[in-house]
Amino acid sequence: MSNTTTQTDATDTSQNIVQMNQIPADASVRAESPLYHADLKTVAEQGTQDAGIVLQELALLDHLVLRGSVDNAAFTTGVESALGMVLPANLQSAEHEGRVIRWISPDEWLVTTAGGMGFELEQQLREAMGETHFAIVNVSGGQTVITVEGADAEEMLKKCTPYDIHISHMPVGKVVTSLFGKSQAVIRRTGEQGFELVIRRSFADYCWLWLQDASGEFGFSVKES
Amino acid sequence: MFYIYCPYCEEHREEEEFHAAGEAHIPRPLDPDACTDEEWGEYLFFRTNPRGLHHELWVHGVGCRKYFNITRDTQTYEIKETYKIGTKPQFTRAEENA
Repeated sequence: MSNTTTQTDATDTSQNIVQMNQIPADASVRAESPLYHADLKTVAEQGTQDAGIVLQELALLDHLVLRGSVDNAAFTTGVESALGMVLPANLQSAEHEGRVIRWISPDEWLVTTAGGMGFELEQQLREAMGETHFAIVNVSGGQTVITVEGADAEEMLKKCTPYDIHISHMPVGKVVTSLFGKSQAVIRRTGEQGFELVIRRSFADYCWLWLQDASGEFGFSVKES
Repeated sequence: MFYIYCPYCEEHREEEEFHAAGEAHIPRPLDPDACTDEEWGEYLFFRTNPRGLHHELWVHGVGCRKYFNITRDTQTYEIKETYKIGTKPQFTRAEENA
């Protein structure tokens, strides 16, 4: 992979960090999402009409993990200028122009952006923050996003996580990392009847089978991504 | 089941999300090379195992992945408090204050 990416490498001498575009410049290299094998396209064609739950994989988004201290003004203002939104506080998220930023730890945020835009965003962030103390890691290959929508979405997710996801406890925009089945997920409420899960690549198959099983009693359909 | 307050997430979470990581407040010797075998052994292996209040290190492994401290009663299992790393407990045994 390193051979195909060297053309886009840029070395930031001030921080001595090699920035690398993880997406190969060679277009013949095929990208496969963690749920590629599940063939969601075929499943989507078989969907029921009156489904209480609609599942969709937001495949191949670019994921960046952003770390820094909220007490560091250079970090917070840098993120704000590059992303156009304020760093969300505990258990909150923000959305702006297709980019989502989620709080996942007191000094850690997960940013998702359209596929292929991650490297550009990473460079913008590095430029905006200058030489202050921070870290950005591209984790796109390690996880994927699934949206769960519909009238029965909340009822179904209650079977999946011990966290209280009722709207009075988890309003729109709140994000928690909690158990999902025997695995874990970053769960975000995107609407009154909408949720979004960030799951690990190695657990994607398990989570997908779990979701299908849990949704069965309500009837579900799959939307092609 | 415990319902544990994570001082970093600032809300109560299910016990399943947490993991105990042993006794809290065990300082690593500043100069390990200068330790006697006894001092190093004490640091590595010997724990207080009290009956009553006990300060423990826990990790919110499936949440924010931060370590924090819990003061727990080993007789009743009651959690008296949770507090961040670097802060002091409110509840202590009488002999700890002596």
